[in-house]
Order: sequence, then structure tokens, then C-alpha cells
Amino acid sequence: MRLLKNHIELKKAPASKSFQKISIWGIALLLMFSFAGRNSFAQESKPVKVGTKLFTESVIIGEISYQLLQEEGFETQFYKQLGGTRILWNALLSGEIDIYPDYTGTIIQEMLGGADIKTIAELNKKLAELGLQSTESLGFNNTYALGMLKAKADKLGLNSISDLRNHPELKFGFSNEFIDRADGWVGLKSAYRLAPKTVTGLDHDLAYRGLQGNDIDIIDLYSTDAEIDYYNLKVLKDDQHFFPDYQAIILYRKDLESSNAKAVQVLKRLEGRINEEVMVAMNADVKIREITDAAVASSYLEQTFGFKTEITESTLWSRLWVNTLGHFYLVGISLGLAILVAIPLGVVAAKVSAIESVVLNLVGVLQTIPSLALLVFMIPLLGIGAVPAMAALFLYSLLPIVRNTHSGIKNIPMPIIESAQALGLPNTVILKKIELPLALPTILTGIKTSAVINVGTATLGALIGAGGYGQPILTGIRLDSVSLILEGAIPAAVLALLVQGFFDLVERVMRR
Amino acid sequence: MISLQNITKIYNGKTVLHGVSLEVPKAKTVSLIGPSGCGKSTLLRISMGLIQQDAGTVRIDGTEMRKENMLQIRQKMGYVIQKGGLFPHLTARQNCTLVADYLNWDAKRIEERIEELASLAKIEVSQLDRKPNELSGGQQQRISLIRALMLDPEIIVLDEPLGSIDPLVRYELQTDLKSIFSKLHKTVLLVTHDLGEAAFLGDEIILMKDGNIEQKGSIKQILKEPANAFVERFVNAQRSPLSELEL
Repeated sequence: MRLLKNHIELKKAPASKSFQKISIWGIALLLMFSFAGRNSFAQESKPVKVGTKLFTESVIIGEISYQLLQEEGFETQFYKQLGGTRILWNALLSGEIDIYPDYTGTIIQEMLGGADIKTIAELNKKLAELGLQSTESLGFNNTYALGMLKAKADKLGLNSISDLRNHPELKFGFSNEFIDRADGWVGLKSAYRLAPKTVTGLDHDLAYRGLQGNDIDIIDLYSTDAEIDYYNLKVLKDDQHFFPDYQAIILYRKDLESSNAKAVQVLKRLEGRINEEVMVAMNADVKIREITDAAVASSYLEQTFGFKTEITESTLWSRLWVNTLGHFYLVGISLGLAILVAIPLGVVAAKVSAIESVVLNLVGVLQTIPSLALLVFMIPLLGIGAVPAMAALFLYSLLPIVRNTHSGIKNIPMPIIESAQALGLPNTVILKKIELPLALPTILTGIKTSAVINVGTATLGALIGAGGYGQPILTGIRLDSVSLILEGAIPAAVLALLVQGFFDLVERVMRR
Repeated sequence: MISLQNITKIYNGKTVLHGVSLEVPKAKTVSLIGPSGCGKSTLLRISMGLIQQDAGTVRIDGTEMRKENMLQIRQKMGYVIQKGGLFPHLTARQNCTLVADYLNWDAKRIEERIEELASLAKIEVSQLDRKPNELSGGQQQRISLIRALMLDPEIIVLDEPLGSIDPLVRYELQTDLKSIFSKLHKTVLLVTHDLGEAAFLGDEIILMKDGNIEQKGSIKQILKEPANAFVERFVNAQRSPLSELEL
């Protein structure tokens, strides 16, 4: 802005100087507020922060916990679809979130290195060392299971996996992964001494159709899959307890017990209150009947605890507004900071040949880090939410601006520079009055490139809870909903075009 | 006055100036001439400190040019190059007032100086609000001259100032330059490749070849008493339309 003014204004009007000052202070204040705002908010009221993983079941349980806590009067923040187990676990350890739903088997196998833990009491002893705790089981076990059409099972009188021993004529169709796993078919057939005549490996989605076409009779599934409800399947009881336990639990930070004991009590009310059938039905409501997570959670709470939670069904426009604000916040601050850092960095690279290649290579390398990886790297440093996303976007925005500033200054013809030196002007004045204004069109092109990339990459920020247009895209992917994906993708594309158009306009005005 | 002593310059292992010395006395004009690559332009830029010599000293009005005093010394010198070297993003006026602004001259003083120089350089004040690319080649050189004269420097250094100007305008500008230099008593070092221009503007001519001075003297001496075969060849290589008639 400063440069632009110098470039355009013919006479030095005092007003323009003060305008420059105001605009710089304005940017600085904006940055301070946006950071300070976050911190003070977090410290004063200490809301209970609920996180969820990317898949629907986790989101539903998260919604239930969130609405329940809100109903009980707790101030609550909801971080939907934050990522995989590792991200949620680390966020919980660092206090970025206070609670999130998971499964005993996942925690024991993946996070505690397969420790020999049988009961939730044992699990809690181990978790306590890490400052975490778990509720008792919520009442369902989401593990591998065998299923078949309910009608057929009833006709044959099949209830458990053991019952299959007497029916070697039934055709088994398993996902390839399940066939190969020791805790899958390999172990299962020896544990139950099963010897079916036909075992086929096939894609999981095809398996459901195979069942309906009578091509296969038995498939592997997860015991709370939405399809169980949709295809009217019967889950055969694992009567020998072969499959590992994946009891649904809610993990929470132990310090919540002292800082917010009542919230823990409220959460514990969910223990044993969600059985497999209910969970399957809720999964099906969201995934197949396309009811929103919030509405499904709300009707669960009404049926189970008898209170009506208020859910505000957002309209398309209200969501668009919130997502647009979120996206502008991410892009505006990260790009603004990148401009403030990258232009001086580009100037230094152009002026100091000793560090020229170091600077250019460094920002170049940053650009080669896959954006998803960069986002994940930010979590241990900055946690989850908008701040780490902005940090990653900031790093991404550096290269085009640094490189264009560098080449914009380097490409100024030597006679121009020598003419400026010959006037007896010091280097700082030459930089400000001659070099930067002449490099400005190139620098602007760099900023434009950064801004357009930034708008696109910012959609990934939703993966770590940063909001923006990535939020509906992420939900759309989870629910396989094209309209939700477009709800994020179209405005993101439009914003990218607007940004491009804006900078094209600025360039045209400057060229006059 | 300008005094260069034993200036040596080496580029990538190749010596382009072999201990060259020259002097431009106060209020005199010296023309540096020679074929392309003879080192005349390098020597001129060394005299302004735009290039650092590997050996030898540059003295401006008796003061040795060093890093510490370079900015002050440059403000006592005006510099004009081929095609003007005007800053393309600034108007002609802004080009001319840049240093005066930096030195905090007041607006009235700047305006008076600009008007004075515009009439001296024969350019209409209305032209000054144009950008360099809206001006003709000749006008650009006149603006460049105003810029060089803005702080009223003792010394003017010109590097092929009329190199890309068409003959009619060049003729006019040569006349104007000569009258300005003598009217203002400027000490002038001029690089040109045109012997006629060198002779017309210069009190003394210095002919260079391969980083050495081949001959110094008046145009008469150079024409009548060429110091060596090269000087003779260089002098004879100048074509005049009149000589075509004599054939």
C-alpha cells in the first residue's frame, strides 16, 4: 500500500503520509486483536472443548456430548472432524481439546503400543499417567463382525458365528484386507474351526450388492455400519469373543475432573446408553437418510434423556456467511503476514549475494512440503484451529512473493541503478524511491499468485479445525454428498477468481 | 576538476584499464574517444565511483573519493548517459527534483531552479509532467541534463549522451550543450565515439585503445600529428560526405 501510494501520487501530499501511517497501524492492530481475541476468550471462560474424528460415528457421538453439555449449561466449543486418531490424541494431550470419542481397541493398540489391558479400569490407570481418563463403555462395540441378510439368517436359525460351522455350503465374501489379517479371517477360521466351501475376496461396497443378489451369503463388516440397517442385515454374535474389543468410550483430560467436575458427571451419563442397534440406526440416519448429525444427536437425546435440545438448523446462506468469514480470516492474516515478511526477505536476497541462494532455496523447500504434511507438522507446535493453519498458509505464501520481489529488483536495468547512485542518493533512498516502485508490478504478481494459492490451500485448514470453505467439503466427503462439497468448492473457486480479478485491476490502475 | 591517477581495472582476470591517468582541468571539457571496448566508459564510471578500480586514485577537486565521502562527492557531479537513464516510473519533474527533495529543499527553491534549468535546456515547463516514455529521445536528454544540473554541480560527466539521437536533433543538442557548458563554466568529462562531436565539444581529446591512452591533445594535434599508426587509422576512419564529393 505504501509503495503503491508512492508510485501513484505525483505530489507528496501530507494527507497521503498520514493515511499510510493509519493503514499500517490499522493492520498491526487488526493482527493484535485477532490473536489477543482468541487468547483472552480461551482463558476467561474456559469452555469445554469437544473434538471428533473424521468419520460419521465419531461426529455423532461428539454431537451428542456437545449438545448434552450445552443442555446442562456448560459453555462448549465443538471441533468437528479434526483428523485421525493421532491428531485427536495429541490435541487431547496438549489440552487443545478436553474430550473426544474413541474406542478401547484403538487406544490400546495404536496409542499405548498394544499394552496388556483388559478392562477400562486398567485402561484408566494407564491413561492417568498421561493425564487422561476414559468413561466406561458407551454401550456398543464397533469391531469386526460377520453379517448376513436377516431373512436368510432367521430362516436358517443362525445367531452366532459358531452356528456357521454346520453350514459349509454358505458362500463367504470378504474384503481383501480382512482375509489377510491375523485378527481377521486367518484367525477367525481356526478359532471357530470354520471350513466353508467358497471364500471370495471382493471390494467392500460390492459385498452388499453380492448379498442382495445371493452371490454371497456372509460378509465381514464393522458392527455399527450404517449398511446393517439399510440392507437389513443380521450381525452374527462373536460368541467366542474372537474379535478384539472396540468399546466406544469418551476420552477426557483428567484435569477436567477438578476444573469442571460436573461436566465429567454429565458425560458419564452416556455410559451404557448407546447400544449397537441405536448406533447403527444413527449412522444410517446420517449416512443414508441424510439427516444432519446435529438433528440425529438431538433426537437421540430426546428419546434417551427426554429433553429437547435446541439445534439451530443452519441455512445455506448462514453457513456460507460463516465459512466465508472463516476463510477470509485464514487467508487475510496469513497473506498479510507473508507480505510483511516476504518483501523484506526478497529485498535482502536481491541485495546480499552471500545469502541469496540460502533464502531462495529455503522458501523453495517450504513450498515442496505437501500442504497436508505441513498442516500436521504445525499441530505439535501450535495446536489445532486457525492459528496453525494460518502459520502453514503463511509459509506457503512466502515463495511467490520472495521470488518475485527478488527478481523484480534484480531485473531493474543497470543504467537506471547507476543513474540513481550517481545522483548521490543513499542506498535506502534508492531502494524506496526507485527500486521498490519499479519492482512493484512484479511483486504484485507474486502477491497475486500467493493469494490465489492461499485461497485454495486454506480449504485444507478445516482438517485441523480451522474452519472456512473446507468445512463443508470435509463433511461432504464424509457423507458422500456432492452438494455439500460444492457448497465449499464453488465459493472457494469464486473467491480465487475474485482475488485474481482484484489484483488484475490493481495492476491495470498502476500501469496508467 | 577531475584527476584520475594510474587507474587499473580487472574484469574476470582480464585487465581492461592499464594504469590510466588523466586530468580534466577546471571549466574545461575533455572528450574521451576510442573504439568499443577500449575502456572509456569504464573509466568514466570509475570517476563517479559507480565501479571500484583495482588500483589507482580518483580525486574530485583534490579530494580522494572513498566510500565515506562518495555520496557528497557525487552530489557535486552531474551524470548523463545514453538514452537518459531516466526513472521510468517518475515524471520528468520528479526525476529532476529527486535529490533536491531528499536534501529537503523548499518547494519554492525547487520550482525556481526547475524553471531556470528548463529555459536553459530549452524545454517547456509543461513537458515536465510527462513520464519519460512520453518524451522524444532529444527531450529525454534535455531532462537528463536538467537532472544532472539540479544541484548546480561543478562537474558534469556524460557517457555517449547523444548516442541514440537522430542527426538533426543531435546537431542542435551539441550546440546547446557547448553553450551551456561554457556559460556555466562546468568541468566536463565526455565519452563519445564520434570524433566530430569530441572535437566540437572538447577542449582536449583523449584517444583510447585496449585500456590504454594512445594520444592526448587538441583536435589539431591529433589530426596533424597522430602519435601512432592506430591514431592515424582511427582518424582516417571518419567518413565525411564532403570527401565523397572530392572523389
